[in-house]
Amino acid sequence: METVTLTMKNQPKLYLEADNISPDKFAGKKASEIAALHAYEGRDQTTLSKYFDVAGEAGATAADTRIVVKGDVSRVKYIGMKMTAGEVVVENSPDMYTGAWMQGGKLLVKGNVDAFAGIGMKGGEFVIEGNAGNYLGAAYRGDWRGMQGGLIRVKGDAGSDIGYFMNGGTIVVHGNTDVHVGTHMEGGKIIIKGNAPSKVGGQMVGGEIYVYGTIDVMMPGFKYVHDEELEVDGESGKFSLFHGDTGERHPKRKGQIVYGKLYLKI
Amino acid sequence: MSQSVTDVICPFCGTLCDDLEVIVSDDGKKIEDIYNACAIGAEKFMHAQAAGRVKRPRMQQPDGSYKEVSYDEAVEYTAQMLHKARKPLMYGWSSTSCEAQSVGHEIAEKVGAIVDNTATVCHGTTLIAVQDVGIPSCTLGEIKNRADRIIFWGCNPCHAHPRHQSRYSIFPRGYFTNKGHKNRKVVVVDPRDSDTAKMADYHFKVEQGRDYELLSAFRVALRNEPLPEKVAGIPREKIIEAADMLKSGRFGIIFFGMGVTQSLSKNHNIDNAIMLTKDLNEFTKFSIMAMRGHYNVTGSGQVLGWQFGYPFAVDLSRGFARYNPGESTSNDLLRRGEVDAVFVLGSDPGAHFPISSVKKISQLPSVCVDPHITPTSEISKLHVPVAFVGVEVGGNCYRMDNVPIEARKVVDPPEGMLTDVEFLSRVNSRLEKLSGGK
Repeated sequence: METVTLTMKNQPKLYLEADNISPDKFAGKKASEIAALHAYEGRDQTTLSKYFDVAGEAGATAADTRIVVKGDVSRVKYIGMKMTAGEVVVENSPDMYTGAWMQGGKLLVKGNVDAFAGIGMKGGEFVIEGNAGNYLGAAYRGDWRGMQGGLIRVKGDAGSDIGYFMNGGTIVVHGNTDVHVGTHMEGGKIIIKGNAPSKVGGQMVGGEIYVYGTIDVMMPGFKYVHDEELEVDGESGKFSLFHGDTGERHPKRKGQIVYGKLYLKI
Repeated sequence: MSQSVTDVICPFCGTLCDDLEVIVSDDGKKIEDIYNACAIGAEKFMHAQAAGRVKRPRMQQPDGSYKEVSYDEAVEYTAQMLHKARKPLMYGWSSTSCEAQSVGHEIAEKVGAIVDNTATVCHGTTLIAVQDVGIPSCTLGEIKNRADRIIFWGCNPCHAHPRHQSRYSIFPRGYFTNKGHKNRKVVVVDPRDSDTAKMADYHFKVEQGRDYELLSAFRVALRNEPLPEKVAGIPREKIIEAADMLKSGRFGIIFFGMGVTQSLSKNHNIDNAIMLTKDLNEFTKFSIMAMRGHYNVTGSGQVLGWQFGYPFAVDLSRGFARYNPGESTSNDLLRRGEVDAVFVLGSDPGAHFPISSVKKISQLPSVCVDPHITPTSEISKLHVPVAFVGVEVGGNCYRMDNVPIEARKVVDPPEGMLTDVEFLSRVNSRLEKLSGGK
């Protein structure tokens, strides 16, 4: 695997839209070609070389390409957007849309990510060592298909509206979240190892939410079913199962109503 | 002898009353009296006559004082500012005509601006929810003639839309509601004892920030599923009783305002309220409507909608329209420092935005186009006074139920004063030259 290293040298005055920082766009290119790739600051089309030092060269395919982004990227959006393979490592905290519409490969952020990270994600592995912002793994505005596959793991806390319209894949948050977890969720799995204040699973149709800590205020449309022993994220524990949201429409499968499942750790 | 102008449109709130009578002096220059308008609407007309009205553009000097400049200089400053900026914000648009909005959007497309209207701090969340789940709505006329179940959720029309209740929602005698308010059951959901709540048959004092739970509880009740003993501070029995009352109506309407759109859960509250409306349609006819504030904020959404496809927070910086509230909304842009110039027309962010955003406006090159002196005009580098739409110039406006109504001109503007459309058109043609006709 070949490695390309991008090091921030000139901070953008406004915010930089760098949707070309992805193994798919870098694949088969030399450092000079990568430096000439487009980026946008406001209405101006510029190149990556204006902001980054580019070192190393990419592999022949996306899968053979590893990108390391160094320096302060807090004003850079869209890192790893639509990537399908390969690896991206961001050593600090990028801005919005990190790993948006990601389809495959590995994306590691060692700092925090801002809002809309991993929206509309379809596959791959996205690890955030710090905290995540709002709308993590959510749907893009107006889309009824949110996250559909892949794994997002947040080692810190996450913001509100995570897994909005989610219908596949897994989100694991090791810390706490803000309000609205899995709103309109139709499938997939959200595991919160900390606490979630309220509005967990509102308008939920299907899918699973696990909360290890506490929920301050439960949604009224969740009814207790039973306790069960489960293995979640490699560890086993005892959970109370709730079905919901009973205020929402629910499909039937084999004559049985399919509910969203909310597991609270006992 | 004075003359009377009838059927005047009131350019204040989204109710857009169309039955005002304005008494004008014989020479057609002075407004003497206004009939039928509410106190706020009448004041809007009288304000056009106020002594000390700014009649020429003013440029702020380094010491904070103002220097009068000509409209030509104002056009030049505005065009240069927008031409130089790499990501200007063009905010406001809710207190002007659709014609002016359209010219403004032409400018925005030329300079790669972000166009945002007052919905961003108001019913923008409603627009997000409408995009997510659709909206079953109707016109105010249908409500007047048919509605017998009225819900005011998180709004206080007694003070914000003073004539709404007498013209459309509670009191009027309509075709199928010939007993007026005796035909109607009124529900108010508000944590406060507002004046609207005093008129309600049912007042639900919902716990603050728990509207989403209460809306869900209504939906659960409609499906005959079990409910917890209390939801959002309201006992289960009350919720079930109210749900039955709503089901038994012939035509119901949910009006909602800032109490739900800008409190915890924001767009999700509206999303759930729209879904509740859909659920109620299983039993009877139900509609839902946003209580829009500015008289033409609906129009701004309409014009942006047909020109760019999105109703607010439209980012044109890359030459095509993008939209993502949370990123392309004015307060996020200002707070995060994403824009490098601010143009405000027909709104007052200085009074309504958080102080962190207002500070940013004061630090950036900024132009405020407004007939009044406002907090925004005071912090902007350039203040351009214009004629009042609906008083001194006509134009198209949209009522809160998306019905277009042509506002009328009542008196002439002060000598030599430009209208919004004239000023924007001059900026637009100056920009045309600056960009070399590109």
